[in-house]
Amino acid sequence: MVGRESIGIRSFRFLTGALLIIWLVLPLIPLAIWSFARGWFFPSLLPKTWSMKAWEYTFSDTAGVIDSLWLTVGISLAATLLSILVGVPAGRALGMYKFRGKEFVELLILAPIIVPGIAVVLGIHSVFISMGLNNTVSGVILVHLIPTLPYMVLVMAGIFANYDPAFEAQARSLGASPLKTFWYVTLPAIMPGIIVGGLFAFLVSWSQYILTLLIGGGRVVTLPLLLFNFATSGRNDITGAIGMIYILPGIIILLLTARHLSGRSGAVGGFGQI
Amino acid sequence: MTHVSLQKLTKVYPGATEPSLDRLSLEIPTGELTALLGPSGCGKTTTMKMIAGLLAPTSGDVTFDGRSVLKDKPEHRGVVMVFQNYLLFPYMSVADNIGFGLKMRKVDKPQIEKRVAEMLELVKLPDLGKRKPAELSGGQQQRVALARALIVQPNVLLLDEPLSNLDAHLRFEMRDLIRSLQQEMGITTIFVTHDQEEAVVLADRVALILDGCMKQYDRADVFYKRPVDEATARFFGGQNFIQGVAGNGVFEAAFGHLELPAEAASGVGKLTFRPENIRLGSADRNTLEATIAEKIYLGTQTRLKLQLGEETIDLIANPNDAEHLQPGNALTINLPPEALWVLQS
Repeated sequence: MVGRESIGIRSFRFLTGALLIIWLVLPLIPLAIWSFARGWFFPSLLPKTWSMKAWEYTFSDTAGVIDSLWLTVGISLAATLLSILVGVPAGRALGMYKFRGKEFVELLILAPIIVPGIAVVLGIHSVFISMGLNNTVSGVILVHLIPTLPYMVLVMAGIFANYDPAFEAQARSLGASPLKTFWYVTLPAIMPGIIVGGLFAFLVSWSQYILTLLIGGGRVVTLPLLLFNFATSGRNDITGAIGMIYILPGIIILLLTARHLSGRSGAVGGFGQI
Repeated sequence: MTHVSLQKLTKVYPGATEPSLDRLSLEIPTGELTALLGPSGCGKTTTMKMIAGLLAPTSGDVTFDGRSVLKDKPEHRGVVMVFQNYLLFPYMSVADNIGFGLKMRKVDKPQIEKRVAEMLELVKLPDLGKRKPAELSGGQQQRVALARALIVQPNVLLLDEPLSNLDAHLRFEMRDLIRSLQQEMGITTIFVTHDQEEAVVLADRVALILDGCMKQYDRADVFYKRPVDEATARFFGGQNFIQGVAGNGVFEAAFGHLELPAEAASGVGKLTFRPENIRLGSADRNTLEATIAEKIYLGTQTRLKLQLGEETIDLIANPNDAEHLQPGNALTINLPPEALWVLQS
């Protein structure tokens, strides 16, 4: 691939790459500056005075940012884990087997991506109240599964569409129990999918606002809720600091799993590969 | 050391009207190497999977030493199946692949390492333990798959088309390896193949399966000399079938009569004989005059098409003997009675 491309293609690639980076990074710069500013008013290009106050406040006990950070991490991890537990068998069924009504099931699973969350969350809210799940962390985790599951199932269906179950028969024949077969043979084969799907699930859960707000009832304060509070009350400096913390997991996860995200991996094919 | 018995084994896949396998009964003696031979789609692999426990039969039974194993899970049957495409686990090294069965049996690590080294030696790949399967050639992968199966010392070994993915020269090497390991360890072995030559060179006994039914189960040479019917004879390359009536040790055909071996059947039927068993020249018995219709030189042999009255027959001759024979010539041949066989219709 490398070396045989014309200068035109190379410069086009460079241009799009540069545009993408500018598009993604540029809006973060004022955010970063704000977190160190004490008053930053038009028409100054940079703040007149600098300060660490916003960061000090963010890490203080009274702000509750750190508690909220751990709560958000916990909720997102739990939602990711549950997505994996549900998404792997569901993806296997959709990717490997033909059954009556398969297209309908696919549509149902994809529906939460298409239908806005706010349209269904009110109905869910009343159901959760009757089950005592409203205003609880477990209720929030559960409701996060609605947007996270489609991504997980989609990725796993793509993985299983290209998976040869004969390896499992071979393992059984060599004396492996069903559980050991899954652990030693199936799991390593589907790991790229679990990583990519899990990454999607984590980030989708991490950025939930409406679902958390309504089901958590203001008692379960995740980072985006806290961030929104400060943003609407005009505290740009604290918003900047929390915002910096908020984007951190996305960047870390992306760096750790970047190689699984290349187009060659079956994990990002989705239903197109079934 | 297991006597395998299949009793009226039948498989009808869901949604299918015809059974893929229809009441197959087979006795496979302890320590023997048996071939299930048949064209693709005849139910051979289905049979293997049912013996291995990877597929449940619709009806019938599989017994090992007289005990039904249908309720035993595949991992408890003592049967190892080696698939046609080897199915080496791609994430594991060659050594880990071979040691897999022992690891599942909770054998301790030093013992596994020792046994794996022995197996690598046995299949003549002593230095490849650390490689990944993708780095091996087809022949090497096949040997690793064999080592991985044999290391657990199975009671029954199942091989799915063991030679079909190999080059011609590798096939002979592999055949010798399979044969010697199997005899050394005395494992009851069943393999499936669509290639009659492969079945003949490798197996003690051959079971021919056509259209889901077993046609004949015998030592390999019997299929050539004494086939049960025309389809069986044709599967083994038989070309000559002549309509007529057998009785009192004589076969009456349109072009004359021929003396039969004592055990031949009588009645209306077809006379068959192998093209390579026809002799040139005259003899005391069964001498015939034919006309050469066509001559095909095949290097190690020459194939002649002969006109015998209304019938056309095939003859395989030594190229030297056939050198001066030309189409249109008359040719004297004789058919030794022991080379003849009658298929009843």
